[in-house]
Parts: sequence; C-alpha cells; structure tokens
Amino acid sequence: MTDNTNTPGTFKASGVDIRGLHKSYGDNEVLRGIDLEVKPGEVVCLIGPSGSGKSTLLRCVNLLEQPNAGTIHVGGFDATDLDVNLDKMRQKVGMVFQQFNLFPHLTVMQNCTVAQTKVLKRPAAKARAVASTNLGRVGLGDFGDRFPDQLSGGQQQRVAIARALSMDPTLMLFDEPTSALDPETVGEVLAIMRSLAKAGMTMLVVTHEMSFAKEVADRVIFMDGGVVVEQGPAKDVIGNPQQPRTQDFLKRVLDPTHVEIAE
Amino acid sequence: MAMTTRQRARLSKLIQIVVFFGVILAVVLQVDWKVLSEQFFAFDKLGPIFPDLLTIGLKNTVYYTAISFAFGLTLGLLLALMKMATFAPYRWFATGFIEFFRGIPAILVLITFGYGVPTAFPGTSWPQPVIVMVSLGLVSAAYIAETLRAGLQAVPKGQIEAARSLGMPAWRAMVTIVIPQAFKIVLPPLTNEIILLTKDSSLAFILGATAAQYEMTKFGRDGIASLGAGITPLIVAGALYLVITIPLSLIARKFESRSARTKR
Repeated sequence: MTDNTNTPGTFKASGVDIRGLHKSYGDNEVLRGIDLEVKPGEVVCLIGPSGSGKSTLLRCVNLLEQPNAGTIHVGGFDATDLDVNLDKMRQKVGMVFQQFNLFPHLTVMQNCTVAQTKVLKRPAAKARAVASTNLGRVGLGDFGDRFPDQLSGGQQQRVAIARALSMDPTLMLFDEPTSALDPETVGEVLAIMRSLAKAGMTMLVVTHEMSFAKEVADRVIFMDGGVVVEQGPAKDVIGNPQQPRTQDFLKRVLDPTHVEIAE
Repeated sequence: MAMTTRQRARLSKLIQIVVFFGVILAVVLQVDWKVLSEQFFAFDKLGPIFPDLLTIGLKNTVYYTAISFAFGLTLGLLLALMKMATFAPYRWFATGFIEFFRGIPAILVLITFGYGVPTAFPGTSWPQPVIVMVSLGLVSAAYIAETLRAGLQAVPKGQIEAARSLGMPAWRAMVTIVIPQAFKIVLPPLTNEIILLTKDSSLAFILGATAAQYEMTKFGRDGIASLGAGITPLIVAGALYLVITIPLSLIARKFESRSARTKR
C-alpha cells in the first residue's frame, strides 16, 4: 500500500458496490431497492428532487444510516456485515456534510489533526504535516490557527474537505456540499471538488449543481421516490434525458422561472 | 389638558423619583436607630466569635459545599448518562431519582440521614460531614443530572456524525468532541448549582455537631444566644455567604458571555 499523503496529484481510490438496498423510517420506505456500482476513481453525481432518497443513500454508504436490507461493499469492507469494523471502514471513507460540521472548539489545524492522532495514532508532527498539505490543497494553508466561526461558509466547507482528506480516504462522499453556502462562495468549493476529481478520487456527490455534474461527473444518477430512475453519462442524463420524470425535474431545476403549476 | 410626549415622559420620571425617595425617607424616619444598631449592628460585641467563625465556620461551609458538589457531580453525571441510556430501566430509575430528589426539601433528606437512619438502624452513626455530603449530594445530583443531560444533548448531532465519519469510536467522539463542547454549555448552570449548595450547606446547623464541625450558620445562631448582640452574628454570617457567592456569580456571568461569543 502506498502512502499518498505527500503527493497531491494522485489518490489511491476504491470503489463502492451497492446491491438491493432498502431503507425505511417506520412505514415510510425511503430507498426501495438500489443497485449502484462506483468504480475506483469514478465521479458519480446523485441528483433528484428532495425526498427522493439520495442523501439517505449516501449516508448508508458509511453506515450513518442503517439499511434494512441489501449489501454495501466499500473498499474491501462489507459495510452491512454486523461484524465489520465500522471505525476502520469509516477511516477510508471521507464525508463532507451540507452543514460542514466542523468542530467549533478546535482550530482549523486541530480539526484536521484530531482524528489522525486519536484514531490513526499518527505522531503529532506527522499529523500536522499531513493537515498542512491538505489545507494547502484547499487554499487555506495560512488559516490553521483560526477557529471555524472566524471563516466564511465556503472556507469552512473547504476545511471540512481538508479534514476528510487528512485521513487518506480512498472514497469521498459529498452530501449537498454547496447547499448551505452563500452563492458567491459556491464556486471555490466546486473548484476544490473538481481538482479532487481530476486527481483520481472516487467521489459520490449528492448535488443540485447541474453545471458541475455535467462538467465533472463521469456518470449522473437521477433518483426519485427511492429508486434509480435513469442513469448514464452526464451529457445524456442532463442534456438529453429519456424518462419523463427526469425531464420534468431538470426543467424545474434548470429553468425555475418558467415552471407551470399543474392543476 | 392634553400633554405632549415629552411632558408625559418628564411627569413619569418625576413620579418615579418622588416614590423612590419618599419610601426611603419614610423608612428612615420610622426606624428606631438605637434598637437597630443594638440588635443588628453590634459589631463591638462580636469579639468572642472570631477567629473561629472564619477558621472553622467559613472553612467548614466551603468544605461541606465542595464535598457535596463533588459527590453530586459524580452521581449527576452517572444519572445523566443513565437518562440517555437505551436500556429503559436505567432511564426509569434516573427519572424517578431526579423527580424525587428535586421534589422534596433538602432539609428532609438531611433530617432523614441525620436522625432517621441512625434511629431506624441502631448502631449506624455517620460523622457529620458524611451526612451533609450524602444528603446535599443526592439532592444536587438530581439538579446536576438534568443540567448535564441538557448540555450533552445541546451539542448538535452533526458533531457526532462528523466524528464517527472520521473513524472515531462512540466513546472517543463523546470524550474528544461532545463533552468539551457540552462543558462550555453547562459551566454557568453548574456554577449556579455551587451557589445553591453553598447556601444549602447552612442546613447542617440542624445536626448535632462538635465545635470543630460548626459551619457559619451554626456559629451565627449560637452567637445570638451567647453574645447579647441581637442578630448581629447572623448578619455577619450572611455577609460571609455573599463573599463566597457573589464572586461565583461573577464567574458564571463571565462564562456565559464567553460562550456566547464563541458560539457559531
């Protein structure tokens, strides 16, 4: 296994294999049988209306939600096996949240080192070096001594990405990473994600940014009502959707000023 | 006659001034200053109460408060964790304990352990500090448990999710991420709890005690009988309570403003 921490150009990537995934909250079935394979280094964007189950699917991949049925394999781990070491698995799966979820009582640097030292047992100096590399990668190399509440939303989300990268993940999950941002800071976060995609990171991204999906995703998956309705290369699914539900959704998202309210 | 807004404001202010100083003047004129100074402020007769009021009384008040708080904090943390447990009987026990000890007067608990238990179980006799610690500790644990539970639950769920997503086990996320944030949240209410305990430690005066176990209220009460200075000894004891509690209040307020500033 090669160490990739000091070579910002490339990543050791792993894939995801999801089969027959079901998830319910009480009587509400949110995921109704999802099959999804993501190859190492592939960038897959999940799009769809709110409530379609795309965030739940993403959160199932690192078991923040417990699926009711189905299997998930992530980088050699069987995530749905009750005997799996979830903590070990999660070390390899970076997660970026809509609300950033930075640790407010820790500095930017400590946010990026705390799991390295406490979980991976890296020496403090090594952890700081790794954190510096990743903070530099997201353009915040000079911000290590700040606290999260001293940063803009876009900067906080970039720190969250650096924090996840500092664990040397082989897969990154993004749960609507730009939805809570001021419009003018969306671009800086998307730029970082674009560079990660170029560097070969496996990425599973729930997003409403259609132009980003079109440009960066190898594959776009449209979900609605807990199932995959349509999937394929970004230019096909977004540029020339085949299913009526996909067409309807994209019309609403891409041209929201001309949506007609049905009787 | 209609008044302008400014005239009405002036009149309102004038009335407030007249009432305030009028009441003060009435009290000053009514009071029998000679009796007052003999009964309340006969500091010259307090000689015999010093230095024991400070070296024994103040020391014991602080000591009883400290051990009660230490016991209450430990038990309170345990109860808070029980109240959040997935195993229902733990929750039931914690809820029952908290409701019971929050609902009865502390002095009943003190009497129970001071007089009731030794009567019911002949031969058991705890030293006074232990009785105080157990009684006030049990009562404060009930309040502290609720404070700690609220503090732990006030830390957003996303913090735990982020920590777990980085591969931290549940206990590590609790110790490194949740508790430090909860600690900041509960510092002001915990400081208030110490203030309440400081005052409640005065209840120890109902227990039989050796001279070395007297706390400030006991000194004050005995001083009324022996010194012939009216209730002056209690006034002095009361002032000493303020010497402890007012700085604690200021500390609590400082914590409050600091955590307000670092809030996201």
